[in-house]
Amino acid sequence: MAMLEIKDLHAWYGASHILHGVSIAVGQGEVVALVGRNGAGKTTTIRSIMGLMPRMTGNISFAGTDLMTLQAHQRFRLGLAYVPEDRRIVPGLTVRENLQLGLVASHAGINERDAIDEIAESFPRLKERLDQEGATMSGGEQQMLAIARAMIAKPKMILLDEPSEGIMPVLVEEMGVLFRRLRDQGVTLLLVEQNVEWALRLADRAVIIDQGEVVHESSSAALLADKAIQERYCAV
Amino acid sequence: MDAELILIQLFSGVALGAILVITALGLSIIFGMLGVVNFAHGALFMVGAYGGLWVASLTGSFWWGLLVAPIMIGLFGMIIEWLLVRPLYGRSVDDPLLLTFGLSYVLVEAVRIVFGNDGIPFPTPSQLTGVANLGIGYFPIYRLFVIVVVAVVLLLLWLALEKTKFGLIVRAGARDPTIMRVLGVNISKVWLLVFGVGVGLAALGGVLAGPMRTVNPEMGSLVLIEAFVVTVIGGLGSLLGSVVAGLLVGIAISMTALFAPELGTIVMFALMALILLVRPRGLFGKTA
Repeated sequence: MAMLEIKDLHAWYGASHILHGVSIAVGQGEVVALVGRNGAGKTTTIRSIMGLMPRMTGNISFAGTDLMTLQAHQRFRLGLAYVPEDRRIVPGLTVRENLQLGLVASHAGINERDAIDEIAESFPRLKERLDQEGATMSGGEQQMLAIARAMIAKPKMILLDEPSEGIMPVLVEEMGVLFRRLRDQGVTLLLVEQNVEWALRLADRAVIIDQGEVVHESSSAALLADKAIQERYCAV
Repeated sequence: MDAELILIQLFSGVALGAILVITALGLSIIFGMLGVVNFAHGALFMVGAYGGLWVASLTGSFWWGLLVAPIMIGLFGMIIEWLLVRPLYGRSVDDPLLLTFGLSYVLVEAVRIVFGNDGIPFPTPSQLTGVANLGIGYFPIYRLFVIVVVAVVLLLLWLALEKTKFGLIVRAGARDPTIMRVLGVNISKVWLLVFGVGVGLAALGGVLAGPMRTVNPEMGSLVLIEAFVVTVIGGLGSLLGSVVAGLLVGIAISMTALFAPELGTIVMFALMALILLVRPRGLFGKTA
C-alpha cells in the first residue's frame, strides 16, 4: 500500500484553477522527485497535501487515513512533515526554540533535550548556533534549520519544497547526504525541485507536472537519461 | 508645594498606571496574537468591576471577587471569541473591530438593566483600608496592594510566556500562525485561550480599580481610550512597551492633577503626540 496516495486532485486559488486532476502515489520509504517548470503546480500539490489550500477536490490519503477532512495540524500529527519553500524560521526565536517548535505537538514522549542533542549531531552548523536568533543565519543555515525542525519529531514522511533553492553548493551536497541517510532510516520523501539533476540523483522515482497535470512518471534513472523529456518539461 | 505631596501623588500615579498596565496588556496580547482590535475591552473592564462587586457581595469577601470574577469573565471572553470573533478571521480587520464595538454597547446596556444607572460604591476590603508609613510618607494601603498584585501578575505572565511550552507556542504563533499549524498546533485553540486571558486581564483591572472609584456602567469608556493610548505609546504588540507606557501615562495623569488639574484629560494625548513625533512606532515598536 502506498504511504501517500493522491487521486484526481483539483485545487484553486480564488478563481484560478491550478491543479487539474493530479494523481501521484508514493510508496513507503520511497524518495520521489516532483519536478516541472515554475508555476506548473508543484508547490500547490505539496500545499494541498498539507491542507493549506483554500479550495480543493479529489482524494488524498496518508498511511491509510483520508486527509481531505483533516486540518493541517491533524495531518502533521499523523506523521506528515512539511518544509515550506520560504523556510518560515520564526523571527525573534533562537535556533533552539525553533527546534522546540517542531516538538510542541508531539505526544510521542520524546525527551526534548535528547531530541535536540540528537538533531544537533546531524546538523553541526546548527549545533554551534543553538542560542543564536534563527532568522539571522544565512539562507542555507535557515534551510537546514527548517529541515531539522521538520525532522525532529520523527515523521513518517517529509514534504520538501525546493530545499536547494538559493543555497551554496557545499550545503546542497550536505543536504543530499542527509536525505540519503533519512531514506536509509525508512523516511518517505517527496522532493519538489527546480534543480532537476540533483533531485533525480537523490530520488528513486520522478514525476513531472506541467500546467497542473502529471505528464510523466518513471524511475529517476530513466528520466535522468532522457534529455528530450527533461528539455520539454523542465527547461527554464 | 512640599515634597511629600509630590511623592504621594507620584505613588498614586504608579497605582493608577498599574491598572492601566494590566488592562492595556490584555488589549495588546489580543491584538498581537489575533490581530483583533478589541473595542469591547473597556466594557469588559467595567463588567469585571461589577463582577467583582457581585461575587464579593455574594460571598461577603473581596478576595473571592478578586479571584473569581476575572476567571469567570475570562471564560466569558472565550465564549465571545468562539461564538462571535472566530467567524470573522480572514476577513477585513474592520469586521472584528465593528463587532466588538457593538458588543461594548450591548454589555453596557445589559449592566444598566441588571445593576441600574447609578454608580455603586465598591468598599475597600477592611484589611486594606488605611495608610502605611513607608518612611518617606504615608501611602494608602489599597494602592500599595494594587501595585503588588499587578507586579505578581506581570511576573506570572512573563514566566508563562518565556518559560513554558505554551508561551513558546504563543510567541511563535503571533509571528507566524501558518508554520504553527504545519507543526501540529491547533492554532484556533491557542487563539481561544489568548482571547480569554486578554479579557481576564481587563476584568482583573476592573476589579482592582473598583475600590479606587465608584463603579458605574460608563466607567469602561475612558479606560478603553487610556488603554489604547498606552498601547500606542508603548508600541503595538509590545508587552514591555505596555508596561512602561502604562506607568508613564498613570504618573503623567496623576502629576497633572496636582499641578494643572484643568489639563487632566488631555495630558495623555499630548504625551502620545510627543512620543509619536520622536518614535512613530511607539517606545518599543518594531521598525518595519
